[in-house]
Amino acid sequence: MRSADPIAPGLRARAERLGQSLPPLLAAADHLASAVVLGDHGRRRAGMGDEFWQYRQAHSGDSARMIDWRRSARGDVQFVREREWQAAQSVSLWVDASASMRFSGDTARPPKGDRARLLALALAVLLLRGGERVGVMGDHSPPRSGRAQAERLALALSVDGAEDYGRPETTGLALHGRAVLVSDFLGDLAGVEAALAAAAERGVRGAMLQVLDPAEEDFPFDGRTIFESMGGQLSFETLRAGDLRARYLARLAERRDRLLALARASGWHFSTHHTGDSPQAALLWLYRALEAAL
Amino acid sequence: MWMIGPVGFTSPLILLGLLALPLLWLLLRAVPPAPIRRRFPGVALLLGLRDSDVEAMRTPWWLLLLRAVAIGAAILAFAGPVLNPAAPAPASDAPLLVVIDGGWADARDWPRRVDQATRVVEAAGRAGRRVALLRLSDAPQTPVFQAAQAVRDRLVGLAPQPFAPANLAGWGQLLPAEAFETYWISDGLDHPGRAGLLALMQARGQVRVFESPRPVLALRPVGFKDGAVQITALRLPAGAAAEVEVSARGLDPAGIERELARAQLPFAAGEDRAETALPLPPELRNRLTRFEIIGQRTAGAVTLTDDSLKRRKVALIGGGAGKEGLLLLSPTHYLRQALAPVAELIDGSLTDVLVANPDVIVLADVARLTQAESDGLQTWVSKGGLLLRFAGPKLAASDIARDTADPLLPVRLRQGGRSLGGAMSWGDPRSLAPFAESSPFFGLPIPAEVTVKAQVLAQPDPDLAARSIATLADGTPLVTRKALGQGQIVLFHVTANADWSSLPLSGLFVQMLERLAVSARPALLDAAELAGQTFAPEKVLDAFGQPQEPQGLPGVRGEDLAKLPPAADRLPGLYAGEDRLIALNVISPQTELSPAVWPASVPVEGGEAAREQPLKGAFLVLGLGLLLLDILAALWLSGRLSGRLAVRLCVLGLALSLAPQARAQDDFALEATTSLRLGYVVTGDSTVDRLSEAGLRGLGMRLFERTTIEPATPMAVDIERDELAFFSFLYWPVTADQALPSVNAYRKLNDYLRTGGMILFDTRDAGIGGTSPEARRLQLIAAALDIPPLEPIPPDHVLTRTFYLLQDFPGRQTGTIWVEAAPPDAAQAEGMPFRNLNDGVTPVVIGGNDWAAAWAVDDQGIPLYPVGRGSVGDRQREISYRFGVNLIMHVFTGNYKSDQVHVPALLERLGQ
Repeated sequence: MRSADPIAPGLRARAERLGQSLPPLLAAADHLASAVVLGDHGRRRAGMGDEFWQYRQAHSGDSARMIDWRRSARGDVQFVREREWQAAQSVSLWVDASASMRFSGDTARPPKGDRARLLALALAVLLLRGGERVGVMGDHSPPRSGRAQAERLALALSVDGAEDYGRPETTGLALHGRAVLVSDFLGDLAGVEAALAAAAERGVRGAMLQVLDPAEEDFPFDGRTIFESMGGQLSFETLRAGDLRARYLARLAERRDRLLALARASGWHFSTHHTGDSPQAALLWLYRALEAAL
Repeated sequence: MWMIGPVGFTSPLILLGLLALPLLWLLLRAVPPAPIRRRFPGVALLLGLRDSDVEAMRTPWWLLLLRAVAIGAAILAFAGPVLNPAAPAPASDAPLLVVIDGGWADARDWPRRVDQATRVVEAAGRAGRRVALLRLSDAPQTPVFQAAQAVRDRLVGLAPQPFAPANLAGWGQLLPAEAFETYWISDGLDHPGRAGLLALMQARGQVRVFESPRPVLALRPVGFKDGAVQITALRLPAGAAAEVEVSARGLDPAGIERELARAQLPFAAGEDRAETALPLPPELRNRLTRFEIIGQRTAGAVTLTDDSLKRRKVALIGGGAGKEGLLLLSPTHYLRQALAPVAELIDGSLTDVLVANPDVIVLADVARLTQAESDGLQTWVSKGGLLLRFAGPKLAASDIARDTADPLLPVRLRQGGRSLGGAMSWGDPRSLAPFAESSPFFGLPIPAEVTVKAQVLAQPDPDLAARSIATLADGTPLVTRKALGQGQIVLFHVTANADWSSLPLSGLFVQMLERLAVSARPALLDAAELAGQTFAPEKVLDAFGQPQEPQGLPGVRGEDLAKLPPAADRLPGLYAGEDRLIALNVISPQTELSPAVWPASVPVEGGEAAREQPLKGAFLVLGLGLLLLDILAALWLSGRLSGRLAVRLCVLGLALSLAPQARAQDDFALEATTSLRLGYVVTGDSTVDRLSEAGLRGLGMRLFERTTIEPATPMAVDIERDELAFFSFLYWPVTADQALPSVNAYRKLNDYLRTGGMILFDTRDAGIGGTSPEARRLQLIAAALDIPPLEPIPPDHVLTRTFYLLQDFPGRQTGTIWVEAAPPDAAQAEGMPFRNLNDGVTPVVIGGNDWAAAWAVDDQGIPLYPVGRGSVGDRQREISYRFGVNLIMHVFTGNYKSDQVHVPALLERLGQ
């Protein structure tokens, strides 16, 4: 399933003009998240929570008001109704807002940044629905839960950065929380390494999702070309772009290997998503990666 | 003009531009293709990579070559290359003699020849030279050099003659002595004396010759052999295998000339003649009047038939029927021998053969006839039959016509007859006296061995001498004849066998039968046989093979007629003598087409091989194509030609190349039938086609405003490809150079006309007597169409009152129009204002009033062309619209308005 293009600026502007209360990005994220029905993720052990976990025999020390009288009335033994432990986690999101994310290799495809925001917000919606607290890294407000948080997140994510390549910010990482980094990871990897190191210090684990345009995977260029970064700070001239393809692809694979190694070393998950593909698969992967980490 | 091989250049100096090509090479080579700027986040991964190939800084050699060739082609194009350029006329101020053969063979492309002559004369006029024009088929006269303009005016009205030039030696004697140059427009045939005339002309100055590459086709007179009509066609030059169609035309039972049969004559490759046999039933064969090669408009491609093809039906009735006897003694044996090869013989009793309505009935020694037989014979003779009677013992012994004249015998007979030179008589057998001038046998030689031993004698009567057409040496009548009604009765006073005379054994007997038109004659004209007779032209051919009325032409003496070929005083055509028709054809059975061979010193123009052909366009197209290719190559080289763009270009190219064929017949059918549409026939001349479209649109608007007929926009109809059945009405403007429809198209057109369609033919020439090129073309086109007899529109035709009451039918011109003729028995009923005319719609309306131009409107509905002047012109345009409304109403309502004429009668019958 491919959601209707929610991120086109025109559509957004129109949506705002129409006075819709729900930001279109949020609507698309809701739409995307609603396709994933997994239910609340319990801790698979008894504890504080709303959901029923098991009945156990009452033993000494249990106060009388803990006894489930309806169940106990059926026999001679007193039962205590235990609930599943449902502890809310803090998840921090970071979506690369730099210029490089505004690239799209084809007018039919959304820019990478739009896809990254969509995925992050959909994930946030899912998590919020599960009762988790979700926040944005680099934001000064702490992770919160609740439906209203989704709108605040959408607002926070919609800020565009000016720099060429993004660098994850590590402020606002909750202790032992979870983190999600969504970027193209084409810039300097030192920032990513630093962010992972900072996260490890705070006992934070999570997932890294690399969002790439298919053009960046294929390098379908030829002829005399001057390549410029999206911000225009970097430029590179070649006379026969087609000759560079193999070497470019080798470098890209090498970078991906390095990111994977980084992720493994610090207990993170890493995957690549292409804007040409359906966002559904990437969202599922993100959700499962977080679930495993939770 | 500067020549390289067969290619000449009109402005060779431009070729110096080719020198700039190496410079261009260097320039282009130094400039690499411009880079593309691309935003690409992955650039961070590219930093530090190096190009492996430095050569790409320069343009690749093949692209350079492409561009150099493109520029070179453009330079060559502007230098004006011409393939096989015509040798320019040598600058000379000597007078120019333009010679046109002017015979029948010129008629095949006469306009082109006149064009060519006009060009030459105009060129001479520009150079200030005097010009003389001579047509070799005329009687020789001294050529007079005069101003070019005067000659040019004469050229306009010049027409070819329906015979070949004959007296070339006579022309040679009259050539002026001064030096002149000659331009000879030859018909490609060798005429007697041509070489001599050419030599004389070459002595006066240079001779140039123009010959048309179109082959000359000719048709020999048809013969009759083995029960089939033998057709022979000749051609020159003998080229590749080809096939011509010969149409046999004649009168149908209604007296209308139409095509009766058609034969294919295949020319084998390299053969100059094709023959075929066309078996035809006698009824059809007797109707034939002419054969013509289809598509050839020359007198040589037409051959007229005369009596020689006709086979008369002859009934032989012998008096001795049933009697046992030797064959040679049978009264009809010699007649049978003489007539069997040349006539259809009918046997049977008299009452039986009368039913078969033969041309001739021969009664050999039949005396007694019943009253019914006698009455039947009289009726038959008075309707035009020829009753030929022979005497014999029975007739001599009978007592008929002794005292009173028998209606079936020309004279009264004396009892018993007489016998001469027998054992009991004194006299010798008598020979024949020479035939009198008034006799139909006049001129026949009388063999000495023909003698008469016995005969029946005529009673002396006042009109006996007038009725005798052959007598014996002693003056007694041998053959007598009298007219009865439209027919005649002829009596041979001897037997039809050799009992009484040796006449039936001689050739004279056969010739006499021929003269009496009992049997057909051989096709060959015999001067001796024709001597003494005068033949009046009934119909003559013009050079285009069209029959003309012989207005004011004098009769031709028989011996002149026998002289072949035709000449100015004996035009080809049909000549009527006293009792026979003679066809004089351009091509005689002995005619061979021999080509004119010109010596090598004479330049011959007009040949297919040496056609001048400008190549400028071709070179420009080549250059442009290469530049387009260069665009694609440059795009590809600079990486701008992505896969998808290439696919789109391919799709576009495919779509463009397939688009013309994409018009499916289904679409056409839907378009033509979802609403009422008027159609016009596409002529191939875009101006005329646009005019037709605008005209029908204008007419459609008027119809929409004024009537309940509400046509949609008119449609173009290609008669070769499109289905015609969807249209009720077709407008067909005729252009002079319109292609003839194919056989298939003719079939469709005939189906269309037969099933109720109507075609309005418009020659747009104001209907000037059928002599304009358009009218000739229309005749050619319509020849194969199934069109009923036509007449100028009568004042009570239903077309005059289908919607408006009209008597004129103007377009931009005002001429008369032709519609289907009224049946001959149409009569005006009592109390009716109109005759009761044809039932149905006239299938064609023919005129030359250029209606489309009068009807034509532009997109705003403003008339496109002026009609007439002032308010009179406006009125004419209005009447022209009314004619259109009436015509379309006629198409859709048929003879409804004719029916209304009967309303009073119907009311009366109903008792109202």
